[in-house]
Amino acid sequence: MWNQSENEALSRTIAAAFVTPVDPTVEEVTEIKTAVSEAVSNAIIHGYEAGKAGLIILELSLTGSGKFMISVEDFGVGIADVEKAREPLFTTGDTKERSGMGFTVMESFMDKVLVESRPGEGTRVTMIKTLDGTNVI
Amino acid sequence: MGILFEMVDDILVAILSGELDHHNSGAIRESIDRTFDTFQARHLILSFREVTFMDSSGVGLVMGRYNKTAKKQGRLSIVGCSDYIDRIFDMAAVYTIAKRYPDTVAAIRELREERKEESLWNTSIK
Repeated sequence: MWNQSENEALSRTIAAAFVTPVDPTVEEVTEIKTAVSEAVSNAIIHGYEAGKAGLIILELSLTGSGKFMISVEDFGVGIADVEKAREPLFTTGDTKERSGMGFTVMESFMDKVLVESRPGEGTRVTMIKTLDGTNVI
Repeated sequence: MGILFEMVDDILVAILSGELDHHNSGAIRESIDRTFDTFQARHLILSFREVTFMDSSGVGLVMGRYNKTAKKQGRLSIVGCSDYIDRIFDMAAVYTIAKRYPDTVAAIRELREERKEESLWNTSIK
């Protein structure tokens, strides 16, 4: 999908629909939607230079045992200092309006968050959550 | 994302509804700021009772509005949060800059109490 903010809602809907087969709880779906919203928003806000169009690729997978994985990838500017970026309240955005809480929320709502990035090449954020669903095989 | 406003004394009540994410937080922010200035409000109450989804953009929205009320020595109050929204606000320590109330009525009541105390204090200084 393209890096326009309209796609934040679309990403949430995609993720929520994707995990439906394992019958997740409302809470689990909400947590996944929120984490996905954070990752996709980050890619849209920071991934590419201002005004430039760029692609954001979502990759989702779900195992029969309820292990859900989603990765959000862009091919843009990359993160110079990943550790700094993951610090709570740190933001390279407008400090008056951006909270710098994106990664903190992702880490709180998902089981694992992996960030791979190369300046000038792009960023890939991968998140995993094991769902206690009832339809697991 | 919809927004309704009510003005009580010098308190602006903003009732948010729908989904609050990065995409629509800009328009919401402008709408609140514009209304706050137009009605020369001093305090702001943000109601999240009808908010169906929120990510950390909501935190940014609150933090930005805090600056607005602080400039007028006013207070920022938050009402109607679900457990999940509360959790996000707690994570970001929002309740250190905004006070949480169960509903708008409780917030207004306390703001009025404080205003009464304030004017009593000011008259006694004379």
